[in-house]
Amino acid sequence: MSLQFLTYLVVGATFALYIGIAIWSRAGSTGDFYVAGGGVHPVINGMATAADWMSAASFISMAGLIAYMGYGGGLFLMGWTGGYVLMATVLAPYLRKFGRFTVPSFFADRYYSRSAPAVAVICLLVASVTYIIGQMTGVGVTFARFLGVTNDMGIYIGMGIVFCYAVFGGMKGITYTQVAQYCVLITAYTIPAIFISFQLTGVPIPQLGLGASLVGEDITLLAKLNQVVTELGFGEYTTALPGSKLNMFVYTFSLMIGTAGLPHVIIRFFTVPTVKDARLSAGWALVFIAILYTTAPAVAAMARLNLHATVSPEITTGAPLIAQGAGLIHEERPDWMKRWEVTGLLRWEDKNNDGRIQYYNDANKNPEFQAKVAAAGWQGNELFVNRDIIVLANPEIALLPNWVIALVAAGGVAAALSTAAGLLLAISSAISHDLLKKIFIPDMSEKAELRAGQISMAGAIVVAGYLGLNPPGFAAGTVALAFGIAACSIFPALMMGIFNKNMCKYGAIWGMAVGLTVTLFYVFAHKGLFFVRGTEYLGLIGGANSFFGITPEAFGGIGALLNFLVAYIVTKITPPPPEHIQAMVENVRTPRGSSVVTGGGGH
Amino acid sequence: MEDQGKAYWFTTLKLIGSILAVWALVSYGFGIVFASALDNISLGGYPMGFWWAHQGAMYVFIALIFIYAKLQDNVDKKFNVHEE
Repeated sequence: MSLQFLTYLVVGATFALYIGIAIWSRAGSTGDFYVAGGGVHPVINGMATAADWMSAASFISMAGLIAYMGYGGGLFLMGWTGGYVLMATVLAPYLRKFGRFTVPSFFADRYYSRSAPAVAVICLLVASVTYIIGQMTGVGVTFARFLGVTNDMGIYIGMGIVFCYAVFGGMKGITYTQVAQYCVLITAYTIPAIFISFQLTGVPIPQLGLGASLVGEDITLLAKLNQVVTELGFGEYTTALPGSKLNMFVYTFSLMIGTAGLPHVIIRFFTVPTVKDARLSAGWALVFIAILYTTAPAVAAMARLNLHATVSPEITTGAPLIAQGAGLIHEERPDWMKRWEVTGLLRWEDKNNDGRIQYYNDANKNPEFQAKVAAAGWQGNELFVNRDIIVLANPEIALLPNWVIALVAAGGVAAALSTAAGLLLAISSAISHDLLKKIFIPDMSEKAELRAGQISMAGAIVVAGYLGLNPPGFAAGTVALAFGIAACSIFPALMMGIFNKNMCKYGAIWGMAVGLTVTLFYVFAHKGLFFVRGTEYLGLIGGANSFFGITPEAFGGIGALLNFLVAYIVTKITPPPPEHIQAMVENVRTPRGSSVVTGGGGH
Repeated sequence: MEDQGKAYWFTTLKLIGSILAVWALVSYGFGIVFASALDNISLGGYPMGFWWAHQGAMYVFIALIFIYAKLQDNVDKKFNVHEE
């Protein structure tokens, strides 16, 4: 069977499965639509949360990022998993006890005002919409590469599938398709990893293979990789750190609290029956996430070594890597390189016209290294590798059978669709519940609200599809911004609402406003006002990363600290919250008396 | 009753505090601040600081959540505020 046909078959089968689940799990009430009826088992919810959480970026891009960052890439691994400890201990159980459909509902009741939920809805929409653009483009790219359809066609197909189960099934349909999508994506991720780990180290468990010795050699994989990359002028793999330790610290912090503050993840914990289940469910979510996240660093290191071994055959013979006549002869390159050259994700440029591929770090300014390069007659790095290849081409690099390649395609699509669906639900519930029901049409019937939810879901899909088809120029920079926004605005306000009984609406609103403004000010200084190129104002803040070398992607953590600080000071000098709010906080803190999640009173 | 409520919340805060202390130690401590020093020790074929950042911290996170869920459940039962 040809690869093309197999891919159609596997991806088609997963789509049939998703649609089958959609028919089986139609939403009949607003409870079904917003929180899947509130009776989801904690393990099932953990699995759905894992699929919800792991996006196209986690599946396709993360291992590639780590492969090129080395040790420093650990900030993504720790940052994107550590948030679940915060979720389990300081947010999920209390918000579950509070028992409302959406995150802004908590702001509305806890901060007894209309401006607090309005700020929350805005942060939620900005964070979710920017995030979803990345998912839609991810669907397009995966389809285009594996199914041979155009990018646009891929997005239309993706929209159609999500439409089927998200509009009719709401949270209920989304939950059960996410479970299926998790199974597809985790199989697709781990199978190639197991094969590659076994080929290189003889250990079939990638997490152990990463720390094992190479087959037939007396050296560990990591030591070998360090040797190879340093000889080629790159930073040592196990210690390489782009930026400073302080930046890694703040970046990790920012990702952790951003993760815990993302509304589409928080609402997943409203679907379990009890407070106790909410805590357990966070643990299960992390188990399912960690299966991929602990495999990713193994994939990263192994793929990096494989890639170097392919283009520098000297690695196996032990000859010097940088020498006259070293490097793979371009004519003899393997088939997978030819296939990926067509997509433009892999590019070769013969700078010294010797017909060989020289792949090394030509930005290394060490005089000794440069002398060696000059003596070898190398005139610059000749191979340009898009980082996404590390996962997408991984099975081909390791010469795995075609069905594994087809599975990776289905996995990439599953990762993108499941995250997109979760985000769409967060968006549509903010519109139908927090805006329409709570503010504009309080006396709307349940049936009308369900219809409104479905219509806003359909609308959100169209908007997301449009943005995927016409991605604004700033799309790449905005996923980091989604975490920054969640970190500097939503997380601190939620946490203080639970842990500081005296936190009043003035404190919360001023805290969010200052945290958000300062973070955006710093980000825009680097990336331009609202990401419009040419409007950067780095001079105003004293140069790039001027705040102790903190990069704009990491700055959400600083914004969050400011948020906490401002909120604390403002609360000290403004009237405390009314008696009944303080009583409500007391009540949220204990599990007893938790009830089914509802929409609450219309006010 | 009021005192019971205060004692419950105090116990809970102490528990969350210790969980988060371990959480910070393995990630920010072992994985970042002390990573270079720990790299001198090897763990199988892994330099230890690198292992904490790329593997170890995540395993501890998982254990922490389940330990927390169990201990908090005990606290809830002790103060009789658990769900029936």
